[in-house]
Amino acid sequence: GKRRAPCLPLFQGFLSGTEQGRCYLCGFKLWVPVLQNNQGPPLVGLITIACHLVKEAKRSNLLGESAEGRAVVQQWLEYRVTRLDGCTKEDSKTILKELNIHLQDNVYLAGNHFTLADTLMYYGIHPLIVDLTVQEKEQYLNVARWFDHIQHIPSLRHHLPPVVVLRNRIYTSRHH
Amino acid sequence: MKLFVSEGNPHCLKVLAALELTGVKCDVQYVNHEEKVVQFLNHPALPALILPAGQQLFSANAICRYLFEVSGQNYNDHCNQWLEWEVTVLQPALLRALRTAVLQGKGSDVSQILQSPLNFLDQSLLKGSKPYLTGEAVSVADIVLWGALHPILSDSSFTLGEHNSVKTWFDQVAAVHSCQSAVQKVLQGKGLQAMKSYMQRQPAPQNSQCRDAQPCNNNPAESEERQHFVSEEECEAAVLAWNTGLSSCPAPDRQHPILPQEGKRNVLVTSALPYVNNVPHLGNIIGCVLSADVFSRYGRLRRWNMLFVCGTDEYGTATENKAREEGLTPKQICDKYHAVHSSIYSWFQIDFDFFGRTTTEKQTEIAQNIFWRLHKHGYLVEDTVEQLRCENCQRFLADRFVEGTCPHCSYPEARGDQCDKCGRLINAVELRDPQCKVCRQTPVIRSSKHLFLDLPKLESQLEQWLEKSTSTGDWTTNAKQITHSWIRDGLKPRCITRDLHWGTPVPHPDFKEKVFYVWFDAPIGYLSITANYTSEWERWWKNPQQVELYNFMAKDNVPFHSVVFPCSLLGAQDNYTLVNHLVATEYLNYEDTKFSKSRGTGVFGDMAKDTGIPSDVWRFYLLYVRPEGQDSAFSWADMAMKNNSELLNNLGNFINRAGMFVTKFFEGCVPVMELQREDKELLAVVGWELQQYIQLMDKVKIRDALKHILNISRHGNQYIQVNQPWKKIKGEESERLRAGTVTGVAVNIACLLSVMLLPYMPLVSQTIRDQLNAPQSCVYTMLQGSGTFVCSLSAGHRIGTVSPLFQKLEAEQIEALKKRFGGQQPEDEPSNLKAPLQSTPSTPAAAPAAAIKVAAVEGLDSEKAEQLVKAVAEQGDKVRALKAQKAEKDVIAAEVSKLLELKTQLALAEGKNLEPTSKKGKKK
Repeated sequence: GKRRAPCLPLFQGFLSGTEQGRCYLCGFKLWVPVLQNNQGPPLVGLITIACHLVKEAKRSNLLGESAEGRAVVQQWLEYRVTRLDGCTKEDSKTILKELNIHLQDNVYLAGNHFTLADTLMYYGIHPLIVDLTVQEKEQYLNVARWFDHIQHIPSLRHHLPPVVVLRNRIYTSRHH
Repeated sequence: MKLFVSEGNPHCLKVLAALELTGVKCDVQYVNHEEKVVQFLNHPALPALILPAGQQLFSANAICRYLFEVSGQNYNDHCNQWLEWEVTVLQPALLRALRTAVLQGKGSDVSQILQSPLNFLDQSLLKGSKPYLTGEAVSVADIVLWGALHPILSDSSFTLGEHNSVKTWFDQVAAVHSCQSAVQKVLQGKGLQAMKSYMQRQPAPQNSQCRDAQPCNNNPAESEERQHFVSEEECEAAVLAWNTGLSSCPAPDRQHPILPQEGKRNVLVTSALPYVNNVPHLGNIIGCVLSADVFSRYGRLRRWNMLFVCGTDEYGTATENKAREEGLTPKQICDKYHAVHSSIYSWFQIDFDFFGRTTTEKQTEIAQNIFWRLHKHGYLVEDTVEQLRCENCQRFLADRFVEGTCPHCSYPEARGDQCDKCGRLINAVELRDPQCKVCRQTPVIRSSKHLFLDLPKLESQLEQWLEKSTSTGDWTTNAKQITHSWIRDGLKPRCITRDLHWGTPVPHPDFKEKVFYVWFDAPIGYLSITANYTSEWERWWKNPQQVELYNFMAKDNVPFHSVVFPCSLLGAQDNYTLVNHLVATEYLNYEDTKFSKSRGTGVFGDMAKDTGIPSDVWRFYLLYVRPEGQDSAFSWADMAMKNNSELLNNLGNFINRAGMFVTKFFEGCVPVMELQREDKELLAVVGWELQQYIQLMDKVKIRDALKHILNISRHGNQYIQVNQPWKKIKGEESERLRAGTVTGVAVNIACLLSVMLLPYMPLVSQTIRDQLNAPQSCVYTMLQGSGTFVCSLSAGHRIGTVSPLFQKLEAEQIEALKKRFGGQQPEDEPSNLKAPLQSTPSTPAAAPAAAIKVAAVEGLDSEKAEQLVKAVAEQGDKVRALKAQKAEKDVIAAEVSKLLELKTQLALAEGKNLEPTSKKGKKK
């Protein structure tokens, strides 16, 4: 199957526009974004391009404030492209479960600060969250909370439909 | 800082190499593959690095990056790109290659699997024409790729084709001392074989890269239950039950007055008495009357001898205030709103045996009797209370008759009992700048004598009773907890008298100007309402041996039913029936806020029918989200979703298909059924769901039980889908027989569903049975004992006309409703009309509003009326404009006649006697 990586232009708008990105079908049968630069060879790969654009936009703080922070951000970017992209329905449950536990003690993926990892995870997880029932959203309460928080960050959501996240719980347990 | 690695794990190669190369100080601990260092990940992830500040890195590449960065080497775009390529392209291929080589011993496949990434790497190195991936020196990219490729490239047994540039690069990196020592540590000279136990623990790679290709199953429990294994015995038992046939017992008749009967389960059900001066909102409805109704209907199906009573709670200051505001007497206010409540509950099909009220002679009689008994037994004590008194109005200002500045938060409009801003309870004498609510004069503090119920003296009796009742009855957890916390905090004497007029008079001569405080008085309403229903009311209320009492309420009402009222009855010592089962719901919120009358947020009982959504659907959704065990929320979007997915696509779809098959394929007669193993299994599974339903309903788990109904129709849909009777009917004889069996079983399940649905959706339930022409005896057959699924429509039975049961709720419709009930609607929206009504009743603007409000209550079309008011105004403007422009006479005449037509419609929509609105129309 072919899967289109989340469109980079989305992300560029958020960084107040730099280069034009485009998608093409690479030799590995996955949609991978490519950034054609004026100087130097094109850049390939979602993480690579996103990090590049963040630096261009002088928003390097989005990549982490310290060596530790940067490593954590990179780790979650990797999680996003390796675990989330192209995951099966079964995987998606595991991912939501893992994120839910992680976000129990973390405001953002990389701790207390909003980073690029949150942005890319948001774009990646959006189709999953849209499909969740109200009950499932409650099951993954922390993810829902995080997601709702991220989707309300100005100019981040773009054309993606907002997902309704209830603040009050409806269901007590997942089993009936 | 601590690094966790495991032997034989290839990902540890790069990490250990990077650690040595960068010289970063770090403890290294060897653990086994199963060690869960990073707790939240589903599968153990190694290597893992615990950073000094406690963060955990579980990605080998992130660890390498970090080690390189703290040693002063930064990564660039190029480096990033290689790392990304490694995880997204190379690793998946390597995982497959290593699986085939290590686990399946098929080394020959490795070359083919890795060909493409190795080609890419080779060409990149060739084009870059530098010794290392990103330049002249070893970078994190080299270490990461080397580590990844080492197991394959260092093993000469693989024939990988010509990748000269790769080979040169690899040998150079492999020669780095740190890499050699990492290999020694991880693989210990055993090569690929060292990785065997690691590889065995790795999940198999996914064949599909696309999640969309997977079947979508939104309900995890559904798939679990579908796999419920059915044994041979269960099948046989199900068939036996199926063949027992309908009960020949006559349907129990519900002849009033219903009285306890010897040898029967006599169940008395009450739902908390709604306060008369408010229109109940959905939360009130689900909390008490609707829950109690479902349980009573269920009990009747179980052939229990049920009595369900309720009524409006009418005494108290709020009623007096309301009367003053509306210029009516308290009695008139009660009459008016009692009718409002009655009509709302009847729209929601709340099937009371009796819906009474507390302002009756029986109330006075019974309350005063209990009072004298308490007095006689020494459970009442006298005390003096400081109170505010308005000299101008010549009376004590109880509770809400006084307003002032909150002593806690300085909110200027705090009431005598509570501050609306900070929510704290206030003793009226603490208010700063108090004002009489009626005349706005400043009251003075005077002391007044009052009577108190001596709860501490009754405490031990109460505890004894509570222990027995809570352990033998079905008390909800919140009811037990709230009661427990009241007892734990110690009971204090509670004042039972009030300086008011609108209440049950205190009969004691020393207190003759006073009335009973509502909390003491209101629960006695259960008794007096029953007394108004039957003169033999004591057979229910003074008969704990024969009667089981269920109280339904929201959790805020628990202490009055579990502590205070039982104390009154225990102290009165007259063998009263005390509550056996206290069923309290949590709160239902509106969307993600509270229901608020003043802000116009939420759906109130009288508006539900204006939505055009059938009463049964309202009942279904409210019960589906019944706040059982936890607060829940009413959400329009969720309601639409549940209507469309559960009612329309699941339940309605199944019942309709089952009926349609009988009609279309078998001329409306139930076909002959020859049960196969598969059918028997289905009977067993449906029977199991039915038993779950009964067990839950017996425990008043109303919401949970509903899920089992929906499970049954899910099973049914699947059964139809798998067996495809619409195809088999066109086949040969044996296939046609099969189509008949499936159709017959399905239509019988539909009949069972109608019975199980009865407590929830009485109209739909009856409609199903009408459509199936089902014998009424099925209603009283299947829910007996632990539940039996019997064949109630046997071969040859002729069914009626089948038609769809539910309608789709469209997104636009729901959006419009959400907007309408959201809270910030324009002035003239119906849900806001209460506000002007309460505060300034005599302003001209409020008058038509009030008129429309009443119209809505009486079942007239308020929404239409409003649209018409607007249309009349617009048309009026148009006519005036035309006249001003001196337009042609017949043009004006045509518009005037339109205006008159609109006015006529408006009058009809509002009811004809609504003066204020028509006057308003005339002026224009």
